Amino acid sequence: MPIIEVKDLSKVFGKNKKQALKLVEQGKSKEDILKETGSTVGVNRATFSVEQGEIFVIMGLSGSGKSTLVRLINRLIEPTTGNIYIDGEDLSKMDKNALRSVRREKLSMVFQKFGLFPHRTILENAAFGLEIQKVSKEEREKKAKEALEMVGLGGYIHQKPGQLSGGMQQRVGLARALTNDPKVLLMDEAFSALDPLIRKEMQDELIDLQSSMQKTILFITHDLDEALRLGDRIALMKDGSIVQIGTPEEILVNPANDYVEKFVEDIDRSKVLTAQHIMKRPETINIDKHGPRVALERMKEAGISSIFVVDNSRNLKGYITADDASDARKKEVKDLKEIIKTDIPTVEKETALHDIFSIIHDTPIPVAVVDDGKLKGIIVRGSVIAALAGDGEVNLEHA
Amino acid sequence: MLNNLLDFVPEIPVADGIDWLTDEITDMLSFVFDPIKEHFGNFMEFVAEDVLMVIPPVIFILIVALIAFFVSGKKFGLAAFSIVGLWFIYNQGHWDNLMNTVTLVILASLLSVIIGVPLGILMSKSKTANAIITPILDFMQTMPAFVYLIPAVAFFGIGMVPGVFASLIFATPPTVRFTNLGIRQVSNELVEAADAFGTTGAQKLFKVELPMAKSTIMAGINQTVMLALSMVVIASMIGAKGLGREVLSSLQRAEAGTGFVAGFGIVILAIIIDRITQNMNKSKA
Ligand SMILES: Nc1ncnc2c1ncn2[C@@H]1O[C@H](COP(=O)(O)OP(=O)(O)OP(=O)(O)O)[C@@H](O)[C@H]1O
Ligand SMILES: [Mg+2]
Repeated sequence: MPIIEVKDLSKVFGKNKKQALKLVEQGKSKEDILKETGSTVGVNRATFSVEQGEIFVIMGLSGSGKSTLVRLINRLIEPTTGNIYIDGEDLSKMDKNALRSVRREKLSMVFQKFGLFPHRTILENAAFGLEIQKVSKEEREKKAKEALEMVGLGGYIHQKPGQLSGGMQQRVGLARALTNDPKVLLMDEAFSALDPLIRKEMQDELIDLQSSMQKTILFITHDLDEALRLGDRIALMKDGSIVQIGTPEEILVNPANDYVEKFVEDIDRSKVLTAQHIMKRPETINIDKHGPRVALERMKEAGISSIFVVDNSRNLKGYITADDASDARKKEVKDLKEIIKTDIPTVEKETALHDIFSIIHDTPIPVAVVDDGKLKGIIVRGSVIAALAGDGEVNLEHA
Repeated sequence: MLNNLLDFVPEIPVADGIDWLTDEITDMLSFVFDPIKEHFGNFMEFVAEDVLMVIPPVIFILIVALIAFFVSGKKFGLAAFSIVGLWFIYNQGHWDNLMNTVTLVILASLLSVIIGVPLGILMSKSKTANAIITPILDFMQTMPAFVYLIPAVAFFGIGMVPGVFASLIFATPPTVRFTNLGIRQVSNELVEAADAFGTTGAQKLFKVELPMAKSTIMAGINQTVMLALSMVVIASMIGAKGLGREVLSSLQRAEAGTGFVAGFGIVILAIIIDRITQNMNKSKA
């Protein structure tokens, strides 16, 4: 069961809600609806689900409805129509008390401008969630200290937020959310106010935290790089609608429409695409079965000047060039082992394109993609360049 | 012709109406007003005569000076001013008047705050309350303060109690307004943060909104206290004892000297109270 499930969720701001909603159902655009009714569609029939332990990123330009959507999920904003299920329970139908306990126990939020209480110390801020649940002072401060330590803020607990730098304040924001030990973290542009270096550091830490604590994270950002770094899956929003949901690779490689494509255009693909996305099925020969003659034939068939050699269990053994193979045939050498070369350039499936450049640059033969010693694919120079240009064929079945 | 148009409606008996209303209220609520008049009157007299006046002036001056010293961040200026100023009032033979005035100001301000802060909170939470109370506050503040004396006397007779009543009406609005403003000013993100962690309404109010609004509310309270003090002279017209009454009687007897001396007393008190309440705000903010 997904931990968050959103079904046909819409939010209309303004007066003519009913009329606007009708138009929403007719599939009219946000702009048309604003013209006709004077109401703004904040979120337009959003449907998605988030699995336990996933980092789900919602991305879109300013005004696309990201903040509205995340606030609908803990009902800081009341939905106009649609359902929100948290752990299978319909949040949109809950009364105040039930809603409050879901907010206390399951959902915690981290804010763009940190949202720390300036009159409280760091420790009191971090303990806030438990304080309002009437947890004893001793207990809540113990938990708050643990959370603060987790985000690397063991030292400053008795200072006020105003005395801390932005990055440290956001750590407090994160600690405050973690103190409650919620299942889900809702993060609305949580790192947008930080400068780039700190931001990257926080992204790394969030990934670490997530993998150690297995929290489910709903992360809002308007920054594609951030989305690609953090997201297990990304939902792209435009004018209140979700236009595409997919893994970072899917979004990069197969943008669902022009809008997504535009978004993706500027991204530095070399950092996102990895070896597995551009590798091709390799021509191979089996060292245990074949000799130079077969090797030569295969190379001729495929029109290549070298071929990779594997054993029965596809462990990569080396390669053979066409020249060596024909020499060997003339000299009637039967065993490939005598002519095999082993100075093969190899990369892992996860190696970024960026790092494949330098390797592929000074090798005459293709680069081998190996996983645990086994040959998975090959990369030729042409496909690297094509992938960078954004029009190469890219394999998604490996992603 | 045009005048005829204006005279088309005969004079509306507004004044008679209000007279009637005042009488009705006086009659109907006398079971409320009478005990208030008696008990609260006694209480005020007790505070002035059996508490404040019993404290030896030296001790009183020292206490005020100490408070001034500490709230102003251990600086001597305000403390020194308090000592000299209060001694001057004592020296001019106005100590008992001062104590009566202090009683009136403190009790009136206290009541204003007790009534004003909750009203301000109500306004900040409810659009309807805001829409209803705002014009009433405007009315209360722009109506000349003297006017309140008339129903005050009708309800409570003469003395300190109607003075407090009139002062309450005149001096409460700033506390209400600033409380409302202070709470509305709390940044949206902080309110969201409180909500997102599952606060109840009361928790949000006491743990987030009021602490954040504190310095704004204190600024309102400061204004309330100053307005209450300005009512002292006016209230003396309906028999409230204190420095104001000295000003009034010197006016009636055309004695500029005694009038100014009592006036100085009010100014000194005003400065001390103003600076102390302002500094309380700063040092805690
Ligand atoms: N309280 C509101 N009343 C009316 N319209 C609103 C309100 N809140 C948001 N909107 C509108 O809803 C749309 C979505 O706003 P939202 O704040 O969710 O966008 P966003 O994607 O978070 O943008 P940003 O990146 O600037 O934070 C916008 O058109 C906005 O004007
Ligand atoms: Mg936003």
